[in-house]
Amino acid sequence: MALQANKTEETNKIKTRRKRNKISRRENNWHGWLFIGPYALIFSIFILIPVILAVILSFTNFNAIQFPKFVGFLNYITILTNDAEFMKYVLPNTIIYAVVVGIGGYVLSFLLAWALCNLTKPVRTVFALILYSPSMTTGVAMTVLWKVIFSGDQSGLLNSWLMELGVITEPVIWLTDTRFLLPIVIIIGLWSSMGIGFLSMIAGILNTDASLYEAASIDGVSNRFQEMIYITIPQMKPQMLFAAVMAIVGAFQNGMITSMLVGNPSPGYASQLLVNHIEDYGFLRYEMGYAAAISVVLLLIVQFFSKGADMLLTDKDPYGKKGVEEEDE
Amino acid sequence: MNKGRKINPKKFEIGQLKIILLILPLVIFMGMPIVFIINHAFKPMEELFAFPPTFFVRRATLENFTKLIRFSNSGGIPLSRYLFNSIVVTLLTVGMALLLTTMSAFALAKIKFKGRNMLTRINQIAIMFVSTAVLIPRYLVICQLGLIDNLLAHVLPLVAMPVALFLVKQFVEQVPDSLLEAAYMDGATDLDVYLKVIMPMIRPAVATASILVFQQVWTNMETSSYFFSDDSMKTLTFYMNTLVNVNNTVAGQGMSAAASLIMFLPNLILFIILQNKVMNTMASSGIK
Repeated sequence: MALQANKTEETNKIKTRRKRNKISRRENNWHGWLFIGPYALIFSIFILIPVILAVILSFTNFNAIQFPKFVGFLNYITILTNDAEFMKYVLPNTIIYAVVVGIGGYVLSFLLAWALCNLTKPVRTVFALILYSPSMTTGVAMTVLWKVIFSGDQSGLLNSWLMELGVITEPVIWLTDTRFLLPIVIIIGLWSSMGIGFLSMIAGILNTDASLYEAASIDGVSNRFQEMIYITIPQMKPQMLFAAVMAIVGAFQNGMITSMLVGNPSPGYASQLLVNHIEDYGFLRYEMGYAAAISVVLLLIVQFFSKGADMLLTDKDPYGKKGVEEEDE
Repeated sequence: MNKGRKINPKKFEIGQLKIILLILPLVIFMGMPIVFIINHAFKPMEELFAFPPTFFVRRATLENFTKLIRFSNSGGIPLSRYLFNSIVVTLLTVGMALLLTTMSAFALAKIKFKGRNMLTRINQIAIMFVSTAVLIPRYLVICQLGLIDNLLAHVLPLVAMPVALFLVKQFVEQVPDSLLEAAYMDGATDLDVYLKVIMPMIRPAVATASILVFQQVWTNMETSSYFFSDDSMKTLTFYMNTLVNVNNTVAGQGMSAAASLIMFLPNLILFIILQNKVMNTMASSGIK
């Protein structure tokens, strides 16, 4: 008994030293595996193994019927040197889309979150609900909605409005005109980008320490903008990072809008994004090895940008991640 | 003295009006399509094809919905079958996901075991996982497991949702250790602690996770299109989508308007009911 008490005291000491919020009842409690086991199993089967398979397939030539044939780096070389659509349309489109919807949507959702937090709760709740609702509008609802708005004849909502305003005289066939496809997809992307990351940022701002604002106003921080830069953002970096990751994933995953609105491949590849390119090769041309290689590239790009966001938004101690993490808590 | 305190004001001031006016155009832009979906679904035929097109419904009618039901009943598989599939699949997935997610969140946040840090890190990386990217390998896995045309092929791929686990885990970490210690002192097992201490305290996080999973399942089309060849096993979302794509006829317009509302509404209602809890969870959503 005394020994146990002694041990608890010791662990308590470690706990306070590290400011760790965890139970250290036992060093290695195998029950942990019992609790996480089922999730880990399903995670492995449907996330981990598919990713590994994608990597393996990316080194093969696979048409879904015959056994995959190993081809080395050929698929990756083809992406870089021999895939005209990829270099000419898919890559530039994806970059433009990711920059505008990813970064633009991120900045926008922060500004909106910040604006909402300066309002009273009832107003904030209603506005947040309205802003969040587009991100719930996926699939069928989204397709029908935007097809009606961008309908190519006079009965299209946008055409009718623009003609009434005198901006255009002839109805524009929005969804087949290669000039407008990418901008349309981008607008829809931005429209639906106030998702869970946005909610996280609202919560983050609301949780900032009130006393700091008072202190700052005494120290001469006078306007709301300075307040935002010097006080709000530094306090909510974890939420900023979470929202950034969500924005990045969203920016690269959302290609489905294109397929549903104008089909795959999109007219003239005008709004073809990486995700659509994968679908095109995987399920329309049955070049699954090649599609897998593009998937791997996509996953790597997402990882790369998330790492970047991580480096920008985390105050990491160069001598070890642990040290800062503990101080933060 | 209270000048510096502007975040989360308790009462309305003139300064807030400026902000409202500033963001109002954006709020309207974001909200307009939603208003449109709702209005569009109740428009009678002549308003759907009115020229110039109308935004708001004038003479609301349920015509589109009855037409949708009649049309689907004329097909081989009644609408009720798809609805039944969707409800079963959604309930099963949300239920399973919540059980597994909360269990793992408890393990990752409060139990010390070898490999915990590694698992936490893996899950954190997997938040960035783009599921469409691995559709092909997933299909191969489903084939190997013999799950083609099996109800579980709708459920299992969506059960493990790294973002949900991450959010719940962050929330569990905030449950004070002293509470758990006290329970352990009283002789509680890990299972007791999970059921009687953790679960009652993390309801907001559970609500949030259920919304996230719900949205994924309810609107998911990939499982139906790729893992099922038997039409009677596909979901409502899939059926609604074929309806919208195939029926580009005059009658189809009204039906797709009704379909889009039917698909959208559950999401909205669920979120409105749970929004308070969601915001509560989001407070601890930061990645440290």
